[in-house]
Amino acid sequence: MADIRNDFVGIKSPNPFWLASAPPTDKAYNVERAFKAGWGGVVWKTLGEEGPPVVNVNGPRYGAIWGADRRLLGLNNIELITDRDLQTNLREMKQVKMNWPDRALIASIMVPCVEESWKAILPLVEETGADGIELNFGCPHGMSERGMGAAVGQVPEYIEMVVRWCKQYTRMPVITKLTPNITDIRNPARAAKRGGTDAVSLINTINSIVSVDLDNFAPNPTVGGKGTHGGYCGPAVKPIALNMVAEIARDPETYGLPISGIGGVTTWRDAAEFLVLGAGNVQVCTAAMTYGFKIVQEMITGLSDWMDEKGHRTLDDITGRAVPNVTDWQYLNLNYIAKARIDQDLCIQCGRCHIACEDTSHQAITSMVDGIRHFEVMEDECVGCNLCVNVCPVDNCISMVSLDPGTLDERTGKIVEPIYANWTTHPNNPMARQAAE
Amino acid sequence: MGTTDTGIVAGRLPPAEVEANFADLHAPLTRHEALVESDRCYFCYDAPCMTACPTSIDIPLFIRQISTGNALGAAKTIFDQNILGGMCARVCPTETLCEEACVRNTAEERPVEIGRLQRFATDAAMRENKQFYRRAAPSGKSIGVVGAGPAGLACAHRLAMKGHAVTLYDAREKAGGLNEYGIAAYKAVDDFASREVDYVTAIGGIDIRNGQMLGRDFTLTDLTARHDAVFLGMGLAGVNALMTEGEAAEGVEDAVDFIARLRQSPTKTDIGVGRRIVVIGGGMTAVDAAVQARLLGAEEVTICYRRGKENMNASEFEQDLAAAKGVTIRHWLQPLRIVTGAQGTVTGIELAYTQLVDGRLTTTGETTVIAADQVLKAIGQTFEPMGLEVIGLERGRILTDAEGRTSLDGVWAGGDCILDGEDLTVSAVAQGRDAAESIHRTLMAVASPAIVAVA
Ligand SMILES: Cc1cc2nc3c(=O)[nH]c(=O)nc-3n(C[C@H](O)[C@H](O)[C@H](O)COP(=O)(O)OP(=O)(O)OC[C@H]3O[C@@H](n4cnc5c(N)ncnc54)[C@H](O)[C@@H]3O)c2cc1C
Ligand SMILES: Cc1cc2nc3c(=O)[nH]c(=O)nc-3n(C[C@H](O)[C@H](O)[C@H](O)COP(=O)(O)O)c2cc1C
Ligand code: SF4
Ligand code: SF4
Ligand code: SF4
Repeated sequence: MADIRNDFVGIKSPNPFWLASAPPTDKAYNVERAFKAGWGGVVWKTLGEEGPPVVNVNGPRYGAIWGADRRLLGLNNIELITDRDLQTNLREMKQVKMNWPDRALIASIMVPCVEESWKAILPLVEETGADGIELNFGCPHGMSERGMGAAVGQVPEYIEMVVRWCKQYTRMPVITKLTPNITDIRNPARAAKRGGTDAVSLINTINSIVSVDLDNFAPNPTVGGKGTHGGYCGPAVKPIALNMVAEIARDPETYGLPISGIGGVTTWRDAAEFLVLGAGNVQVCTAAMTYGFKIVQEMITGLSDWMDEKGHRTLDDITGRAVPNVTDWQYLNLNYIAKARIDQDLCIQCGRCHIACEDTSHQAITSMVDGIRHFEVMEDECVGCNLCVNVCPVDNCISMVSLDPGTLDERTGKIVEPIYANWTTHPNNPMARQAAE
Repeated sequence: MGTTDTGIVAGRLPPAEVEANFADLHAPLTRHEALVESDRCYFCYDAPCMTACPTSIDIPLFIRQISTGNALGAAKTIFDQNILGGMCARVCPTETLCEEACVRNTAEERPVEIGRLQRFATDAAMRENKQFYRRAAPSGKSIGVVGAGPAGLACAHRLAMKGHAVTLYDAREKAGGLNEYGIAAYKAVDDFASREVDYVTAIGGIDIRNGQMLGRDFTLTDLTARHDAVFLGMGLAGVNALMTEGEAAEGVEDAVDFIARLRQSPTKTDIGVGRRIVVIGGGMTAVDAAVQARLLGAEEVTICYRRGKENMNASEFEQDLAAAKGVTIRHWLQPLRIVTGAQGTVTGIELAYTQLVDGRLTTTGETTVIAADQVLKAIGQTFEPMGLEVIGLERGRILTDAEGRTSLDGVWAGGDCILDGEDLTVSAVAQGRDAAESIHRTLMAVASPAIVAVA
């Protein structure tokens, strides 16, 4: 059996599945249920300053997009940080940590961007016995209007400054949670690192209007006739999150900085993808909010079974394994040539591959052969783009087959070269020409 | 072409046709089909399908594991609750169990195909002979299990997991119980029953003794002396008789015997069937016998049942299957006598029309004769309490408590032979498994007496 115990910046948990800071972690009742269901850790719903807590809207706070069969693909929310009193949260956190010493309990914090505020709250949190803190620099709605959350996360200097205060005023490990609502994720990550953060976590939610009520001309969710942009999360945001995690993992300045991967994790497979792209563990919100805490059982067994099957013994065996294979476009091998191939036994003859290729791409798939409906790739036209693979409704029906060096590429009439050659040395590249001259 | 001769003859259909007829009733799902179907599951909270499953398999979890490409993990989820999940996937009347409860019925009158998904997962594990369980350290306890049917096998496996040594006695030549000798051939093709016995007993610590019959070769007292505990999973070895004239005639047979012969024939082409067959009964056995007779080439097969359609034990699905295979089901007919010809062989059956009068079944006075050269009796099986006189019975079956304990200390029972038996493979599995847990608790409590507080 694979060992999936997790050690993230010294914080130990029985598995790498943590609940992200959000409604599922807003109070002891939920967190206790989560731990019973098997979650390895939680990041408690973001705490605010002492004093009257924030208030939430009293109407709808969520909107969503769905795939076929009303499967929830993306969730949007306009919820703020915890609307419960700070002391109540701290008391419950302490009790839960005492009841569940083997699980990770992290406090998420968002207070105004002044040193006194951070200095004041850190000892209170430390007193709960929490294993670490997460700095919420990500919330993109509501709190950012008040100069917190994403408003801080979008200014690298602020990030560095706050992280430095935290490192100064607490012994607890500091995880800096980043907002994706920026142009280059590496900048805030680098700033966090300069400030001395122990780790970064990402992504928080993405600015979004999920849909519009066409009868009332207002964005959804509509609160009394008006709406506001919210934070987008769930399966739909995973590709964005994966890229940002990989960017940080392979940036020379932040290379090796521990990452907690967040964004759309719904199955064991999603989690494994985050891990191999450099995440030390993952956090989950929407999947739990859609299916309940029991969903973690699929993640735990799936990850562990996959590791067994592949002979990976511990999480260290897989973390970051794909990072060396993430590169810039210019370094991709232009001598690698692939052609689509249709498995005629699996093909149900829907014609989607044909029309995608015919109307929008390279006219490389037949629709009729000898008067019979038949879909087949014409190798002399196929550029190997993979579009057909992605539009085919049958899993594994179309596959990409690479041409061996020395064989003929019927499209170009050239022999496949055995050597690696990329854009930097390609004759059509003006920069390469300049360099050669 | 085959033959339309009268009498019980083999080879009514060409071998190739027989082989095709006895192919898998429901073909296994392909990977693509399994992915599409598993995507339909809502991962319900406190899932109704799970409650409807007598073994309480975590259906939403295993289906989700299939959808995420973890078929082996799905198999383990199934086997955790039901080690005969492979057979159950094939034989469970899902339309009255899990699939009847599926919320997709409410939404669109089409449940998630839980049974076929269960087969997809368990097939994957069994194909690789992936063993999920290891025996615990030997407990030093020995348990005698009588009957190697679903109840006995499930009990033995769970006991072996706990480290106990199990001796499994069965009167028949092969283990498996009705999985091996009773279930319709097209539900368990490719020798599945015996492959499953091998898969289940591969855990070790289960010593199967075939040809050993309680009441003939040994007594209950022998067992209780030899073992620390005993589990009785003997099923229903007896059959009800028609009690009519001509019952002993050549051509009259118990349906279960006919089916057992059929199941034991690798090609089925050596099994003779009549040209015109009448099957008496209204349950699963009647349907299975009738359908399989048709598949062997019988020209006319009629099921005669003494009550109405709504009283039949065979499910709607089974009745439809019979109709689809060309079996005629007739209701409100009760056998009066077997009509025999010159050589004492069956030529027909005389039946009385019946009706309900004030809730009681009576004959109307009208009779009919149906020509037949073979009559199969499927009017119910009975428990034969051979050598079990010391155990409390009720209505001819063993009385147990909720954990499977009989009236005799150290003796448990489960499956068809107990009063709570449901004539379902899956219920037998559940009862065998639960009895094993009860046996384990009892033996371990004796082994390590409760720690007395020391002041
Ligand atoms: C024709 C037929 C078709 C069926 N089809 C289905 C179906 O499609 N789906 C479904 O869910 N259920 C079906 N059933 C019911 C199902 O087969 C039984 O409910 C199930 O097999 C009961 O399991 P068991 O272990 O209690 O008994 P059995 O399977 O009957 O096993 C009992 C075992 O005990 C042995 N035994 C009996 N007496 C002694 C003795 N004195 N000493 C030693 N060994 C003994 C027998 O040889 C046998 O191996 C069918 C039953 C029949 C008869
Ligand atoms: C309703 C809701 C409330 C959230 N509240 C917080 C919060 O208080 N603090 C925080 O750091 N992130 C918050 N998040 C963001 C999540 O922690 C997480 O980063 C995001 O949802 C992406 O993960 P997912 O795709 O698994 O949902 C919230 C998300 C949702 C849906
Ligand atoms: S999820 Fe619960 S709290 Fe929210 S609107 Fe529905 S019933 Fe109300
Ligand atoms: S999209 Fe796939 S299934 Fe449809 S015709 Fe093309 S290969 Fe066949
Ligand atoms: S009831 Fe149907 S949809 Fe719900 S968990 Fe069971 S199989 Fe899935």
